[in-house]
Amino acid sequence: MFTLTYGAIVCQLIKELDSLDEVNNQLDKMGYNIGLRLIDEFLARSNLGRCRDIKETAEVITKVGFKMFFGVTANVANFNPKKQSFLIQLEDNPLIDFVELPPQYKDKLSYSNLLCGVIRGALEMVQMKVVCTIKKCPLKGDEITEIKVKLIEILTTEIPVGDE
Amino acid sequence: MISLGDDKRKRNQMNIVDRALPDRKSKKEVSLSAFSFLFSELVQYTHRRVTHIKELERRLADVGYSVGLRLLEYISWKEKVQKRETRVVRFLQFIVSTVWKMLFGKTATLEKSVDKKEQYMITEDTTLINTFISVPKDMQGLNCASLVGGIVEGMLDGADFPARVTTHSVTVEEQRFPKTVILIEFDEEVLERERQLGN
Repeated sequence: MFTLTYGAIVCQLIKELDSLDEVNNQLDKMGYNIGLRLIDEFLARSNLGRCRDIKETAEVITKVGFKMFFGVTANVANFNPKKQSFLIQLEDNPLIDFVELPPQYKDKLSYSNLLCGVIRGALEMVQMKVVCTIKKCPLKGDEITEIKVKLIEILTTEIPVGDE
Repeated sequence: MISLGDDKRKRNQMNIVDRALPDRKSKKEVSLSAFSFLFSELVQYTHRRVTHIKELERRLADVGYSVGLRLLEYISWKEKVQKRETRVVRFLQFIVSTVWKMLFGKTATLEKSVDKKEQYMITEDTTLINTFISVPKDMQGLNCASLVGGIVEGMLDGADFPARVTTHSVTVEEQRFPKTVILIEFDEEVLERERQLGN
């Protein structure tokens, strides 16, 4: 049902928005909003403390986060300490069962773009600004789903005036 | 790098219709929160684009409709349904038991209207979908379960029982949350066929 609902949403977006870029954007935006709120539940349920570095963050996202919400585990690959980036590899992507992209969408539509937004939104809430892009997708003939996450900066906490 | 088996690679190259259905046992369930978050985004997105509550409900139902059409086929395969159901009551029973179990993990109640022959109702005290939704005061009457109504409509249409499906909330005394009623009104042709089939 989750998968089918997501599919129906994507269809609806394609129908209503003018270009596929806009669809991608909207999916990312929706994911971002989800991520902002999802992190709360995630922290409450996982009992995890603050991550020390990006490597640990990567591990937590893939081993705990994906497991908790999608019931699948992902792998971290190509960890790059200099560029502060890594790849998330998903063998099973729950969003793309029963899906086949028609040829005219193959190039431009990133179907699981929602996931990028989710990761971005969730990490922003723990003061990490990242950029996520889908690098590989089985719908486009690749073997696995691959999401690239790149750390832009660590946001500094600003304590609001009058707050201790 | 993770190495992938040959069959996996083959699977991805195969046409989607030829692939085996994803296996439920090997596959873990998506968490309820994941679905709720997604659903709430859908509601908000739709909300931004409509001016009227009725319209919002209708658009949710539209989304549900396309889910229903596909779901019917999927469940029919999964449950190894051999024959297509031709009788109204039996098909409705299939929906409230098999389909509801699969979607929400429990069954719903099926009722037949006393006044009107073409009306049936599916009722539920608490709808899973409404679990995390609080309806603001100024939008009274909104029921996000229209999505489910849409799913039912899609399934009925797919099984060749054209019908009009609407979703209502009914306030029950001594209950905190209104219960959800999905009202199904079948088209004349369905009733005609039902008469022909007799008992």
